[in-house]
Amino acid sequence: MLEIRNMDVFYGDVQVIWDVSFQVKPREVTALIGTNGAGKSTTLKTIAGLLRPSNGGIFFNAEDLSTVPAFQRIDRGMVLCPEARRLFIEMTVEENLDMGSLRGRAKQQRRQTKDMVYELFPRLKERRRQIAGTLSGGEQQMAAIGRGLMSLPQLMMFDEPSLGLAPILVREIFEVIRKIQADGTTVLIVEQNVKQTLAIADRAYVLEHGRLVMQGRGQDLLNDPHVKSAYLGM
Amino acid sequence: MMKNAFPYIGLGALLLFPLLGFSSYLMHIAILVIMWSVIGMAWNLLGGYCGQVSFGHAAFFGVGAYTAGMLYSKLGLSAWWGIPASIVVVTLVALVIGYICLRLRGPFFALATLSMGVILRITAENLVKITGGDIGIMIRERTWVEKIWYYYIILALAVMTFLVVKQVVGSKLGYYFVAIREDQDAAESLGIDTTYYKTVALCLSGVITGLAGAFYTNYMGYIDPKVVFALHDISIITIMVVMVGGAATFSGPVVGAVIMVLLAEMIRSIPKLGAAHHTFFGLLLIVIIIFLPNGIVGDFEKIRKLFRTRQEQP
Repeated sequence: MLEIRNMDVFYGDVQVIWDVSFQVKPREVTALIGTNGAGKSTTLKTIAGLLRPSNGGIFFNAEDLSTVPAFQRIDRGMVLCPEARRLFIEMTVEENLDMGSLRGRAKQQRRQTKDMVYELFPRLKERRRQIAGTLSGGEQQMAAIGRGLMSLPQLMMFDEPSLGLAPILVREIFEVIRKIQADGTTVLIVEQNVKQTLAIADRAYVLEHGRLVMQGRGQDLLNDPHVKSAYLGM
Repeated sequence: MMKNAFPYIGLGALLLFPLLGFSSYLMHIAILVIMWSVIGMAWNLLGGYCGQVSFGHAAFFGVGAYTAGMLYSKLGLSAWWGIPASIVVVTLVALVIGYICLRLRGPFFALATLSMGVILRITAENLVKITGGDIGIMIRERTWVEKIWYYYIILALAVMTFLVVKQVVGSKLGYYFVAIREDQDAAESLGIDTTYYKTVALCLSGVITGLAGAFYTNYMGYIDPKVVFALHDISIITIMVVMVGGAATFSGPVVGAVIMVLLAEMIRSIPKLGAAHHTFFGLLLIVIIIFLPNGIVGDFEKIRKLFRTRQEQP
């Protein structure tokens, strides 16, 4: 569904992604894991079009995205759930959800999708008139995921959805991601929470210093000695 | 019920105000207040709602003023034609400025717009053959001597601006602006063409400011580059009007305009210290940012609480 080929990304003169290639297969959960500064978020931002790769290509459903601006990529069926939620904090929960469905089919089906989101997160329905900035961290993450779902994506990308959440909420968020995948949406997730991510990932890639160093099925990586010592502290 | 009637009562009062026979000085102050409300509302659309802080609104004001002035000095037309003409001219200028500046974000955008105002001032000073340079443009035949007509014209412009801002902010466009202000990357990834909508905000804001500039030429009858492209007297005061009143509020720019114009008049009349009125504005800005970061309208609750607690402890 999504294919990254030999991608290089620079911040100014500094190269942060080196020759990265990987694939996201339909209906799977694909994970990118790595430490701080490994280039995980940069990779996602580049796929979303917020950064431009200097070399290599991004192909979504076999279409080259290099000439597609960021704001049109949502029409192609991909959406990014950005790091640290990035809600519109002075809008209400409901307005935030509406902002996820601005165009095309998503706009026509706004009502139905919203009902579905409220079913997935009953808490959001209770708080739909509340200003997003006043929600708790977990609720904000739910709203951010809900906003992403509003665009009826084929591919949903999560940038550190567990960031700053209590362990019980982290588990809840991962369950939701599992549910989203079970409903037929492809998931690409970037995480530092390696253990739980690998547990739900069908396929995982390990990024170190901007290079892909390892790949495999989530369960296999969980048992890999390098991953165990470097990321799981075992 | 009362709340719905309030705007009409306010408008009625504004319509009747000049009939009460105030001195022409008071009328002048009233006209300035309304003109600054217009500029403040225009800036608020771009800076308050869309989050793009411009330090160069004098560019639009000056271009509007010079459009009116040059129609008179070069083509011999009435300077009033500057009002429709400035819509076209300022839109073009805003598109160019937007093309250059809107690729920058935050403080970088602010600095780029600041330079635009300065560049246009220097250009106007040096294109002596076209603009008249430092000598400026003098409108010899004034349309009216009495201020009342100018008052009604600027009031009409203010009402129109208010309605446009209200319409825009309540529409899809307004939500896009706020989304861009809150988080440009998130807005972009949700399918908002941020460059396009920022350009729309800039053009709307610039055109309204330009209209105020064209009015200024007609009202004052004299313009020169140092006045209409002024950084401190136009660009900065525009920001102060909105900051003092309250960014991203409907009535903030109006409240800000009243305070700033009256304050400017008061401080200027203090002997010796009057020349330093910019220093006072700087201090005022510091106080506002520390104590009322959302302006008088935005932090009205805070002010009310302050007075309430004082009353409770006599």
